[in-house]
Amino acid sequence: MSLEKPYLDVPGTTIFDADQSRRGYWLNQFCMSLMKADNRARFKANERAYLDEWAMTEEQKQAILARDLNRCIALGGNIYFLAKIGATDGRSFQQMAGSMTGMTEEEYRDMMVGGGRSVEGNRYVGEDGDAQAHRQPQGAAGRNAAAAGGKDV
Amino acid sequence: MARITASLYTSHVPAIGAAIDLDKTHEPYWRKVFDGYEFSKQWMKDHKPDVIFLVFNDHATAFSLDMIPTFAIGTAAEFMPADEGWGPRPVPKVIGHPKLAAHIAQSVIQQDFDLTIVNKMDVDHGLTVPLSLMCGQPEAWPCPVIPFAVNVVQYPVPSGARCFALGQAIRKAIESYDEPLNVQIWGTGGMSHQLQGPRAGLINKEWDNAFLDRLVADPVGLSKVPHIEYVREAGSEGIELVMWLIARGAMSDIAGGPNPKVAHRFFHVPASNTAVGHLILENG
Repeated sequence: MSLEKPYLDVPGTTIFDADQSRRGYWLNQFCMSLMKADNRARFKANERAYLDEWAMTEEQKQAILARDLNRCIALGGNIYFLAKIGATDGRSFQQMAGSMTGMTEEEYRDMMVGGGRSVEGNRYVGEDGDAQAHRQPQGAAGRNAAAAGGKDV
Repeated sequence: MARITASLYTSHVPAIGAAIDLDKTHEPYWRKVFDGYEFSKQWMKDHKPDVIFLVFNDHATAFSLDMIPTFAIGTAAEFMPADEGWGPRPVPKVIGHPKLAAHIAQSVIQQDFDLTIVNKMDVDHGLTVPLSLMCGQPEAWPCPVIPFAVNVVQYPVPSGARCFALGQAIRKAIESYDEPLNVQIWGTGGMSHQLQGPRAGLINKEWDNAFLDRLVADPVGLSKVPHIEYVREAGSEGIELVMWLIARGAMSDIAGGPNPKVAHRFFHVPASNTAVGHLILENG
């Protein structure tokens, strides 16, 4: 019998459940290792070599090297673990969260000061809110993609 | 006998801790947050407890994927502020209350809640930011603290109903302790926020304020709200709010006593990515 997962139809959202945790086990444990200063120094000195010490998939390593947090999460990462990479890079939670939307840091901060992202249209996959798949990436990245002809607006 | 005199609820946003530690509380952005706690700091001085039972969640700090306890009670004599990657917060170490914590652990487990007992644990912003908000920057925290960590990182997290029932068991445990201690129970985390994916930055003021209304007036009904509603309406990290139901379940009215008095209520958007909510309820 399959597990009950009522959260798969929330747009732009990955719930870190037991399956995701299993998929991302080494990725997240790598992140935990960055809580030690010596490990941060070794990672910074040669990211690829440090990543190769962990039993991650090549796809997971590439997502970390690219700091593609959405990809890291799809591959089993959890934001509280990934935050250790952000701390190593000197980035705040807000910078990390913003990076997953396509918005610039300023655009994201302005959205938060303006009251945050609305839930309207963002409750279920298939609505028309700004977190829906057909409206990604948002902000500057979205405009750039449109200008390059890569996005239908 | 010991008794719970009040419950207190607050968000525990890490950036709030950083604003305090880096002396930014007077900047206009942060003033709007800290103004909401001016009353609370005075209230805390006027209602100093003997012990705080502090419900919080660890954010991949003390608990990695090595171990994921659903409910963990800190029974140690002291707990050090954790290094979360930026160095430990410059705040006092947390003094525990091993004797009361052990008593609560035994009593609550005998009431069929299978707690994990933790004798060694560093505590992260989830625990220290509420203390900073309520107590400012003292040389030492005003009283011992029993940390109570809830898993809200890996799903499934405990349900609101389970948390609410646990709060009732904790109240019974505290009231069966022989020493006449004045205990406060704090529920922390929330309110609406989402830190991941294209939906990052979600805030739902209407839902948050309805949550505050119901926490005061309809806690039984609120405890029945399923996980998926928190995720859909308050963001994936808004699920932290189930922890508030532990503190609410420990109030006297749930066991047939008088309704609590609302001493203070505050709501503000944003602090970093998060809606800040805060409530103080005094037992009648």
